[in-house]
Amino acid sequence: MSLIEVRNLSRLYHMGEETVYALRDVSVGIEKGEYVAIMGPSGSGKSTLMNLIGCLDSPTSGEFILNGIEVSEMDDDELADVRNRQIGFVFQTFNLLARSTALHNVELPLVYAEIDSETRRERALEALGQVGLGDRVTHKPNELSGGQRQRVAIARALVNRPAIILADEPTGNLDSKTGVEIMALFEELSSRGNTIIVVTHEEEVARHARRIIRIRDGLIAADERISPEDRIQVGQS
Amino acid sequence: MRQAEVKESFVMALDALRANKVRSALTLLGILVGVFSIIVVMTAIRVMQDSVESSLSQLGANTFQIQKWPSMRVGGGERDWQKYFRRKDLTFDHANALVERVTRAKSIGVDEGLWSAEVISDYAETNPDVRLRGVTPGTFPGKNWVVESGRSILDADVDSNRRVCVIGAPVAKKAFPFGSPLGQTIKFHGIGYVVVGVLEDMGSSFGSEQGNFVLIPLTTGLNRYGWKRSLDFVVQAKDQASFDDVQSQVRGILRTIRKVPPGEEDDFDMVSNDSLITQFRSVTLAVRAGAAAVSSIALVVAGIGIMNIMLVSVTERTREIGVRRAIGAKKKNILLQFIIEAVVLCQVGGIVGVVLGILGGNLTSLFLQLPPSVPLDWALYGLLICSAVGVVFGTYPAYRAAQVNPIEALRYE
Repeated sequence: MSLIEVRNLSRLYHMGEETVYALRDVSVGIEKGEYVAIMGPSGSGKSTLMNLIGCLDSPTSGEFILNGIEVSEMDDDELADVRNRQIGFVFQTFNLLARSTALHNVELPLVYAEIDSETRRERALEALGQVGLGDRVTHKPNELSGGQRQRVAIARALVNRPAIILADEPTGNLDSKTGVEIMALFEELSSRGNTIIVVTHEEEVARHARRIIRIRDGLIAADERISPEDRIQVGQS
Repeated sequence: MRQAEVKESFVMALDALRANKVRSALTLLGILVGVFSIIVVMTAIRVMQDSVESSLSQLGANTFQIQKWPSMRVGGGERDWQKYFRRKDLTFDHANALVERVTRAKSIGVDEGLWSAEVISDYAETNPDVRLRGVTPGTFPGKNWVVESGRSILDADVDSNRRVCVIGAPVAKKAFPFGSPLGQTIKFHGIGYVVVGVLEDMGSSFGSEQGNFVLIPLTTGLNRYGWKRSLDFVVQAKDQASFDDVQSQVRGILRTIRKVPPGEEDDFDMVSNDSLITQFRSVTLAVRAGAAAVSSIALVVAGIGIMNIMLVSVTERTREIGVRRAIGAKKKNILLQFIIEAVVLCQVGGIVGVVLGILGGNLTSLFLQLPPSVPLDWALYGLLICSAVGVVFGTYPAYRAAQVNPIEALRYE
């Protein structure tokens, strides 16, 4: 069974009298260790799909099985638990706690995972080391550059060893050079066996992945593998 | 509720406080005033209560006093005054009857304040504030008077109206600065009394010295200052166990000899340390109730302020809530975080209020020259009340925070 099994997933929104299909009958599977980009213009339903895969939302109909767990029928608390253990979020705007140190930001998922403080610290330091910020642990977000902030956010996503890392426009708020660095980091994480899903509308960002799922009007318009020649690869440092 | 989560919320709360200093300070002010007003009054009353109680306990253990007039009156007015005024006097005969008939008392004595004036010895003269009191031997144990040197007043002194006296330590110090007063003569109102005993020093209370008096045999005093007066009786029971028995025995005998018909209330008052302290407490109850009312109003107003600021805070931090929800916080985690934040906010104000209140309340001890008092119980209640305000007024904003939809919260600008 795939890591992510999406079967006939639909999501409806009621806007006054109208019913809008954000997603219709979408089925897709993602294997463990894959590096996938989800693309689509705004309003295509890609955010809806991302929210469903991220367990922030529940589908109107269909099945969603994540890492062998049937999540489509879960209640709010169970979903929070799945998000905590299975999913690492990376946001466009970093979304760090402004008044907390990098270390505390990275520890936060472990606080909700009810892990003791020693292990928390150990694992947060390890995660910060993995993203190359081992020497910045006591800095607060406003003392860090945009790229460094996004690295802290990635460390936070990694820290609870999730099944998937779900990145929403991770380079959207970065200049192109820093963006490339962040994409290099994703590549590195991918080469270490992490499953990564990047949601983006930028072709260049998507081309770092090995597979692109294109969404249009709530349907999967294309699901293509990227041949090694077409892939953008950043020289690994 | 887990420790790590509580600690996390606590740290976040202090961070939030620090980030909005002015806003937090203004919000805290309400709580501070509420807690301050209750603590300041409670401290002030406690200061006075401690000292009133210590001065009231000049009655010895297991002792009660019988008097025509109640020792403290609350309200009542003219009618009550009339009632007490019409009571028959308590006479020496009554006292003697008690001595004869009461079986279980350890001592029965009479204490009658006669006059206040200066005491003149051959060497010095005291201030004119020394009280002359007519007593019997049975008065000494009940009043906790201990003869340090010489002897007490004896039955023989009373029987034969001797002009002898026992003086309190302050009087001895002032009237006889150089040597022992025993055997010397003092003059009070021009009449000489031979000093036969000196009492132990009893310290001071409310800034005035205890024992600033001259004790003479009751009969000597009444012969000089007149028999037509009501006396105070001092009765000491053998122990705590027999206290109630002795009281009811004394009550029964007095009712009989004073011919009080059955079913009617006593025509005399019986007071003990406990009853005096109870009366003092009932007098201060009104003040305390007033303070409680004022501060509860202040605290409700402060609580509304807390709720308001917490609602603002929840809105401002919608995105933070979204992030926390995304990385695994459950609704109850968010709820708890914001309730703790409200409680911390209240507690900071409360702690400052308690400290200022105790300091302010102890100003009374400075002015009245009483020992200061730290009402730990009220400090604790104050902080508990703060927590309660935090929980009560923080729950609704925290509930709102918990209900935030994480998807919308993450998109919130």
